[in-house]
Amino acid sequence: MSPMTLTINGDERSFDGDLTVAELLAALDIRPDGMAAVHNGAIVRRPQFDSTALADGDELEIVRMVGGG
Amino acid sequence: MTTDARVHDEPLVIAGRSFRSRLLTGTGKFGGPEVLAAATVASETEIVTVAVRRVDLNDPDDRTLAALDTDKVLILPNTSGARDADEAVRTATLAAAIVGHRWVKLEVTPEPDYLLPDPVETLRAARILIDRGFTVLPYINADPILALHLQEAGCATVMPLAAPIGSNKGLRTADQVRIIVEQARVPVVVDAGLGAPSDAAASMELGADAVLVNTAIATAGDPVAMARAFARATEAGRAAYLAGLAGQSVRASASSPLTGFLRDGGE
Repeated sequence: MSPMTLTINGDERSFDGDLTVAELLAALDIRPDGMAAVHNGAIVRRPQFDSTALADGDELEIVRMVGGG
Repeated sequence: MTTDARVHDEPLVIAGRSFRSRLLTGTGKFGGPEVLAAATVASETEIVTVAVRRVDLNDPDDRTLAALDTDKVLILPNTSGARDADEAVRTATLAAAIVGHRWVKLEVTPEPDYLLPDPVETLRAARILIDRGFTVLPYINADPILALHLQEAGCATVMPLAAPIGSNKGLRTADQVRIIVEQARVPVVVDAGLGAPSDAAASMELGADAVLVNTAIATAGDPVAMARAFARATEAGRAAYLAGLAGQSVRASASSPLTGFLRDGGE
């Protein structure tokens, strides 16, 4: 397992070993409900979090519903 | 008794879906999840708006919306923050991935001081989103011609502003909204700037199909009580519209009989 650097919401973060989106969210303490991710430009929905593997250098945007008018 | 107005009323129908409540509420600016949830229940709303934002990695556990009963309300994502049509389409697409449906409140506000909606980009975004199967509820200035263009494009509603977002200044666009109501074949939802329940009532009295309120409830002294007040006012305004407002005149017109005054034989 080699270290992996991801750009998440504009911030670079390093992780040990391979991660799926679901595992990344758990590592970041982000609840998986009410949210979606954009993985290298492609939208990833919640049902795909478990099966979407991340690789070194990937870009990820993590968005969620918040209060709004 | 409070539901009398609605018992005799048609439901509000947006894109084929029926709603009994004619008050839509926003979920921003509330003091916490509990007061938001309680105010939402008190408002009797069936449609609540939400925004889509990047998760703050340093504070990832935003639970603001966690207490909302999403079985009872339709979650209507907005595209707030979008400065042009492309950003709005991107936000709407992300929102759809989150909520699992394609209803969107389209907002394109290129400048931050007044947050006035961009008519050109809003119409452009509406056309793209409708083409992609979205049900589009556009936030617009109270421009009757723009409302017609958006209706023609296939929007599910038009949502003219009463006053700038969060300004609580009330229904400053009444004459324009009246024209929009007269011409619209889709529901007209007066959105933004309604500061008091009387503003909601006034909007409904002139024939709006619904109103959308956020700041005036969320930042009231007691948001739950204010939500209830807006619900009653919206119903009262709707009931008055259905009843047919009596005409105005410049001169007095006595309500009491003009004969039999006591002064002739009294004392």
